[in-house]
Amino acid sequence: MSEADLRALGEEYKYHFVDEVKPVFVAERGLTRRVIEAISYHKGEPEWMLKFRLRALEIFQKKPMPTWGPDLSGLDLDNLVYYVKPAEVRDAKSWEEIPEEIRRTYERLGIPEAERKVLAGVGAQYDSEMVYHRVKEELERQGVIFVAIEEGMKKYEDLFKEHFAKVVPPEDNKFAALNSAAWSGGSFVYIPPGVKVELPLQAYFRVNTPEFGQFERTLIIVDEGAEVHYIEGCTAPMYSTESLHTGVIEIVVKRGARSRYTTIQNWSTNMYNLVTQRALVYGDAFHEWLDGNLGSKVTMKYPSSYLLEPGARTEILSIAFAKTGQHQDTGAKIILGAPHTSGTIVSKSISKGEGRASYRGLVKVLDGARGAKANVECDALLIDPESRTDTYPYIEIEEDTAHVGHEATVSKINDEQIFYLQTRGLKEDEAAALIVRGFIEPIAKELPLEYAVELNRLIELEMEGSVG
Amino acid sequence: MNQLEIRDLWASIDGETILKGVNLVVPKGQVHALMGPNGAGKSTLGKILAGDPEYTVEQGDILLDGESILDLSPDERARKGLFLAFQYPVEVPGVTIANFLRLALQAKLGREVGVAEFWAKVKRALELLDWDEGYLSRYLNEGFSGGEKKRNEILQLLVLEPAYAVLDETDSGLDIDALKVVARGVNAMRGPSFGALVITHYQRLLNYIVPDRVHVMMDGRIVAEGGPELALELEAKGYEWLRERVKEEA
Ligand SMILES: Nc1ncnc2c1ncn2[C@@H]1O[C@H](COP(=O)(O)OP(=O)(O)OP(=O)(O)O)[C@@H](O)[C@H]1O
Ligand SMILES: [Mg+2]
Repeated sequence: MSEADLRALGEEYKYHFVDEVKPVFVAERGLTRRVIEAISYHKGEPEWMLKFRLRALEIFQKKPMPTWGPDLSGLDLDNLVYYVKPAEVRDAKSWEEIPEEIRRTYERLGIPEAERKVLAGVGAQYDSEMVYHRVKEELERQGVIFVAIEEGMKKYEDLFKEHFAKVVPPEDNKFAALNSAAWSGGSFVYIPPGVKVELPLQAYFRVNTPEFGQFERTLIIVDEGAEVHYIEGCTAPMYSTESLHTGVIEIVVKRGARSRYTTIQNWSTNMYNLVTQRALVYGDAFHEWLDGNLGSKVTMKYPSSYLLEPGARTEILSIAFAKTGQHQDTGAKIILGAPHTSGTIVSKSISKGEGRASYRGLVKVLDGARGAKANVECDALLIDPESRTDTYPYIEIEEDTAHVGHEATVSKINDEQIFYLQTRGLKEDEAAALIVRGFIEPIAKELPLEYAVELNRLIELEMEGSVG
Repeated sequence: MNQLEIRDLWASIDGETILKGVNLVVPKGQVHALMGPNGAGKSTLGKILAGDPEYTVEQGDILLDGESILDLSPDERARKGLFLAFQYPVEVPGVTIANFLRLALQAKLGREVGVAEFWAKVKRALELLDWDEGYLSRYLNEGFSGGEKKRNEILQLLVLEPAYAVLDETDSGLDIDALKVVARGVNAMRGPSFGALVITHYQRLLNYIVPDRVHVMMDGRIVAEGGPELALELEAKGYEWLRERVKEEA
């Protein structure tokens, strides 16, 4: 992060704009067998996938709603629309092929420009479908695949079947089952052995339809010694009724590979964001989750890394910002399943007004994971007296030679810091924003510059008029 | 009216009255020293000038160029040109000096400050302080030694160029070389458009920053004033004689 973030200035939730888009197909409300058959039909799927969906639907219907976490009672699953096909086109290779109203949205969000300047590839999802996908030609020549998940299923069926739903099976949890039944959109990514993709690939998720559920499903396979950074960004217009985003992200990081998955979620605050993200990490490979949760009404998200072979490593960095009306229930999960695996969790949360940020994490060392090491650090910052934070750290160690450290702090914005910064001319809320930015800096500095700037801008906006 | 004027100032904290009728004037263009025993209220005065909300002003006034600043917030006072170098500068983790200084400068000037303009200013200040550019990317005072924190206060002084500065024991904890460097920084600011109140316990600093006037505070009041020779006298004789004199007068 450097000078550019200083330009950041506050304004209202700038992603609130409703597009005049006439979808080509809208499913009836509720999740029924009929709706699933319609989704499958519109995608022209193979029979086995429809069977998979229907099996997942049964699992979903059998599993109870989770009650151990945030309040989900405002989520009316029967009233949601589960599939909206925005246009006939999927995976267009040029923005011109996309209906103008939709294209305008991405232009407003600055996506085509970012694609030209700082990205190796871009995917864009609008409601239920990926309308755009394109990766730089030289990467395509090297065998990099970056397409809509539907295209992955059809064109690369063997590779797809080998991994799909193997990392996160539908039985994993109720919302993984929901996604498995209703999934639509998301990316299929394959990086061949030894190929290093230097600039990030980015997928951008936009929800426009109210009372809608978006069920992105992404599968990323990073082959031996390969490298990739995948970024996911999310926004939606603000509606008075609830919407749902339930993604499943599956990542396979093979021997000696490196991958990073970054999410900056700034959903409008009528969104339930219930996501399952998991990476399987093999020998000497490294996987990093970088997770920024700023928007949504409720988020439940615990990116997890399964370290399966010796020398596998992971780092999970997360920032959550919860303001009044928001509950960010986020955290991380690391399973250390082989000797000399290691993992780090750094979680920073900020609660403002009546906002509530919870850290929920699990570190588990399996028997036989000799010399495995893990460290957890979670820091919470409370802005107001009524702000709330909770920590639920679970640690299970079956191996005597393992080392697991855990540290948690809760702090308040310190009056002396505010006064000090004020004596240098900063207004009270600017001072508070600067302190908050400093608090998350260890994570923010890991972000690509544009995102760091955006994050700072958002924090300044959130902190405006927040004190005094 | 170009002066910082403290007029019969009474102030308390947690029900304890600390300042008991302070009168003191620092004209623009002059550097005054404020001395006095531990606990006399020197830092309290500095913080009240800067607008620390922890303290309650009971009576009196503070005038900046003839205008009362009592009702102004600390940041408004700063933007009017008042600066306090803290006795104990505060650590702000995760905020780089560069980032912070630029924001502060923009706040002070009330406009955007371009990168080039900013760097030019900072570079000059760093050179004067014999300081490495590397410090700019360090987090504000975090893990700084006592001396580094003091030097950092002077860096801010040089970049923000206030009209009036209160320097609270900026010399304490400094080695001789650092002391000279800090003095060089303050002397660089000296001129017709700058006034300063330098709080110190030691004549040593005043060898390098020669004050126009010296004020002595005891038990929340100014009890003596004089030229630079007053500091020498205090150095030689301590405060006891003054304390006796104050008692006699009472
Ligand atoms: N919260 C408080 N409640 C009561 N008394 C306080 C409080 N804070 C400070 N004081 C007292 O105010 C007095 C003045 O303190 P101050 O820090 O201004 O002294 P000083 O002149 O700067 O001393 P030094 O030379 O040691 O820096 C001291 O006696 C101190 O104990
Ligand atoms: Mg003091």
